[in-house]
Order: sequence, then C-alpha cells, then structure tokens
Amino acid sequence: MSAAPILSTKPELSGKTVRRAKVPVQPIVAVLAAVLLLGVPFWLVISTAGKNQAEALNPNLNAPSQWQLFENFGQVFSEGRMLTGFFGSLLVMVPAVFGVLILGSMAAWVLGRRGGKGMAVIYAVAISGIVLPPAVVTIVLLLRQLGLAGTAVGMIGVYMGMYLSTVIFFVTGFVRTIPPELEEAARVDGASPLKVFLKIILPLLVPVLATATILICLYIWNDVFYALFVVGGRLDTLPLNLYQVASSGLYLQNWHLIFAYITLMSLPLLITFVVAQRKIISGITSGAVK
Amino acid sequence: MTAVMSPQDVSRVEDTSKARRHGGKRGGKNDHPLWFLIPALAVLVVFFFIPTLFNFIYAFTNWSSFKSAIGFTGLDNFITLFNSGTLLNALRVTLVYAVLVAIFQNLFGLVLALLLERDTRVNRAVRVAFFIPVIMSALAVGYIFQALLKPEGALNGILSFLTGNHVSIAWLGDTTWTIVVVALVHAWKWMGLSMLIYLAGLKTINDDVLEAARLDGASWWTTFREIRFPLLAPAVTFNVATALLGSMNGFDVVQATTEGGPGGSTELLNIFIFRTFGQGLFAQATTMSLVLFLAVAILAFPLIRMLRKREDVL
Repeated sequence: MSAAPILSTKPELSGKTVRRAKVPVQPIVAVLAAVLLLGVPFWLVISTAGKNQAEALNPNLNAPSQWQLFENFGQVFSEGRMLTGFFGSLLVMVPAVFGVLILGSMAAWVLGRRGGKGMAVIYAVAISGIVLPPAVVTIVLLLRQLGLAGTAVGMIGVYMGMYLSTVIFFVTGFVRTIPPELEEAARVDGASPLKVFLKIILPLLVPVLATATILICLYIWNDVFYALFVVGGRLDTLPLNLYQVASSGLYLQNWHLIFAYITLMSLPLLITFVVAQRKIISGITSGAVK
Repeated sequence: MTAVMSPQDVSRVEDTSKARRHGGKRGGKNDHPLWFLIPALAVLVVFFFIPTLFNFIYAFTNWSSFKSAIGFTGLDNFITLFNSGTLLNALRVTLVYAVLVAIFQNLFGLVLALLLERDTRVNRAVRVAFFIPVIMSALAVGYIFQALLKPEGALNGILSFLTGNHVSIAWLGDTTWTIVVVALVHAWKWMGLSMLIYLAGLKTINDDVLEAARLDGASWWTTFREIRFPLLAPAVTFNVATALLGSMNGFDVVQATTEGGPGGSTELLNIFIFRTFGQGLFAQATTMSLVLFLAVAILAFPLIRMLRKREDVL
C-alpha cells in the first residue's frame, strides 16, 4: 500500500539532492493510511461516546442523532468512580516511578563504575527482569505473608520489582559514558560518595532518567494485569475501573459509557504527550538504537 | 560539563587521582561503596526473585482457596494440565500469538517508517498520530476493536458498503483465524513504537552510502534490500525482541476482545493464569506461571544472542 509511491520515485541523480525528489502521492498515502487505520477506530470511540444508550447498542460509524458527549462523561464520572481511579493510579505510579529512579540510579552508578566478575554477575542478575516475566501468582502469596496484600504499598513494591531492571539497564550504560574525572574533581575536594552521587552524577543522569520515566509511567498507568492480581477490588485505578465498567453485567453492551470512559481515561497521557511530544519521541528513540 | 573543563584541568585531575590511588590506602573502590546496591537489590529480591523462587515450589503443591493446608503433590499439577491438553494448548497459542505479533508489528512499523521517512509537516503530524495508540491503555484498545469487529460492527459495515453485499463476518468468533485478528490488534497498538525505532535507525544511515548506491544506478528496492535493511539490524534486534517477549507476556488485548475464546483458541498463558486464579486453583495458576517463566527464559537468551550475532556480521 505504501510501497507503491516510494517505488515509483525515480532516483534523483543530479546535484546534491540526497533525499528523493518530492512526490505529491506520498502525503496523500500518508494521510489516507492515518484516516483508515486511526481515524476509523477513533471516530468510533468519539461518536459512540456521544450517543444515547439505544443508538450505542450496536456501535457503528454513524454520527449520533443528538450529541450527548458531556452527559455521558458526567455519568461515567459519577458511576465509574473516575476520580478515585485517577487518584488511585497516581498513588501507585508516582512513588513507584520515584523509587525505581532513585534506587536504580544508585545501583547503576556503582555497577557502571566498579569492575570485576562479581559486579558483572550482579549486573546480569539485576537486568534479567527486563525479559523474565514476574511471578504474578506467588507474588500475591508473598504480599499476604508480608501483610501487604491489596495495599498500595504492595502494588508499589511489585511495580518497583518489575521496572528496576529497566532503569538499571538504561542508567548503567549511560553512567559508563560519563568521564570519571568529573567525580574525581569533587572527590579531591573532600566530597563523600553520597555527595558525589547527589551533586555530580544525578544531575548528569537527567536525560536518561527522563526516558525511563516516560516508559515506566506508560506501563504503570496502563497496567491492568498485575493490578487485577494485587489490588483488584481493593484499590481503584483507572484501568481496573474500566475493566469493571466493561465486564460487569450492569454495563454490558453500554458502549456509550465504555467509550466515554476510555476517552476520559486516555486524556491525561494524551495531553502530556501532545504538550511534550518532541521530547518524548526523541527520549524513547535515543535509548533503543545505539 | 565536560566542555567547561580545559585539557589541562583534566590532566591535572587525572594526576591527582593517580597520586591518590598509589599513595592513600583507600583505593578507588571506596569511592563507589557497595551499600549503594543494597536498596535496589533488596527490592529486587523481595518483589521479584522470591516470588519467582516460590513459583518453583508452589507449582508442586495443592495450594488452593478451598483448603487452608498446603501439601506437596509432586508433578500432579503438570500431569493434570498436560493430560487435559490445556498446558500444550496455552503454550502453543502463546507462541503463535507472539510470533504473529512480532511479524505484524515489525512489518507495519517498518512500512510506516519508510512511508513517513521524509521530514515534512504532514509526515511529522502523521507520525505523532500513529504514536497515540502506544500511549493508550491496551485494555481500552481491546474494547475498541471488540466493538469494531462485531458481526454487525463497523468493519463489516464498511465492507458491506464497499462490496454492495451484506457482510457479517464473525472476526472474533473463528477458532482458526481469530488469533490472527487479535495479533493484528496487538500489533496495531504497538506499531507506532516500532515505527519510531525504525525511523531513528534510518536516520543513522550515512547519506553518502545511499548517494553512492544511487549513482551506481541502484533502484529503491535494491538500495533498501542490500544497504538500508542490513544497516537497520540494531533496530530490528530491539523491535523483534521487545515485540516477541512483550507479547508472550500479553493479556490485556486478548482479555478485552475474546477472553481466550472461542473454544480456547486464543487462550494465552496469562489468560489461563488469570482465569484459574479467579477460580481459586492457585497451584495450577502457579504451574502455568512457571511454564511461562521457563518458556520466556528458554527463548529470550538464544533469541537475543542470535539477533546480536546478526549485527556483528555487518
């Protein structure tokens, strides 16, 4: 579909033009792809979220005969426990992200600076969590034994255990690119390791920590699988409430409410993304391709 | 900060550090104390490694919500799950799903990256649009497609309009093809991320190389196949590995579209674990969790090594 216009471009041989010659077909194909692949699903969400129950019973692409988007928003806001879900999501995400960033960069600094076999083994073990799946059933058992079952603290601990590996992996690689001389200078002035870490290293880590923050926020904000096991029914988060709204018999087939909920719940990340898209996109891509 | 230091500064600093290492008893090791590792390792041990270790223990017990005592039963859970066919089915479905997602997600991501490669205003806007599904909840994406793919849903509506006949395909009700449809939905959600990574990879390719190929009269396709695609190896490694391993751990999209149906044909390991856990059969859920852990562990390390080797050849 998209290969056609690119293939039809004749290579430009003259002058210093490095990029292909301008093709008027390409923008049309790009916009068409966006409209078909993204426009259709998104229009379905918005139009259905604006319908009444009878019209939304069988979701289609017709515009609502009468828009009642904000009435539906109001209804899920009060009945879908939107606010408690929002604050519940924040309550677990913020401490978990701060925790992994601080603990992860502390460990990564030492792992990136000290050599030897022992360190290599610890590093390998510490980053193995990037690929290995968490033991989701027995973690519930462990939390029960610790008295943390169904609590926000338990959930924060589980998320930290899951995403510390990612932070350690990203930050250790970054620490190795920081010249050790920068630390030595402070050390000569008598600064303690903690001070060197806080005053010299941590500020330099900001770009890589920003990337890690974006990724981990994305994962935790949207997670429902681990939340179902650890805090399901005990604590509200936005995805957990969506799951309840969509799967409870009361709301079954109430597509206008499901889609109104989806619209509202996507807004915080969507707004953040639109405001900071340049930084987010460059942050994510810089970590992946080296 | 590096730029601020003059070369003399750096050499002076190096001198002092050398002097300290030789003179003082405190070697460089105390500058990076081991206790910095302890908080992170403690969290990892408590919340990641101990539960994983428990997997290897409780998979061999009769732990359930029906009785308070837990006793060892050996391989009973494995035998029960194996004989009922659920173990092999869930494992097969998970692997098929992961491979399909990896193929679709990379194919779509690469095609999008090539389509939107030039830095125009339209392309930048379309790239941002394709990243929106990535930031959405996978559960929400699943519900959107459940509505879209109903027999009387929007997709069949569009197809009816285009063909002029009434189309009512049950996209999510076929025991053979639904897994492909669900994998396509999963790939749709993540293709924007693959696209970004491929775009970044394409940007790192030296323009002179492409110009030389062009002067030699190489076609777009030859240039892509012989030069650009091989140079994309690091991006391919990252994308294939994350797509494959991420979807082996998949749950949200499938739970929201089919809940494992029809007839268990899309029952991923995680769907099974969630359902069995809900029924109170904790030991069986743990057994499947262990199976998932082992499957990922067995696949991940050779996969990453293989993909890395491909990079080295270049």
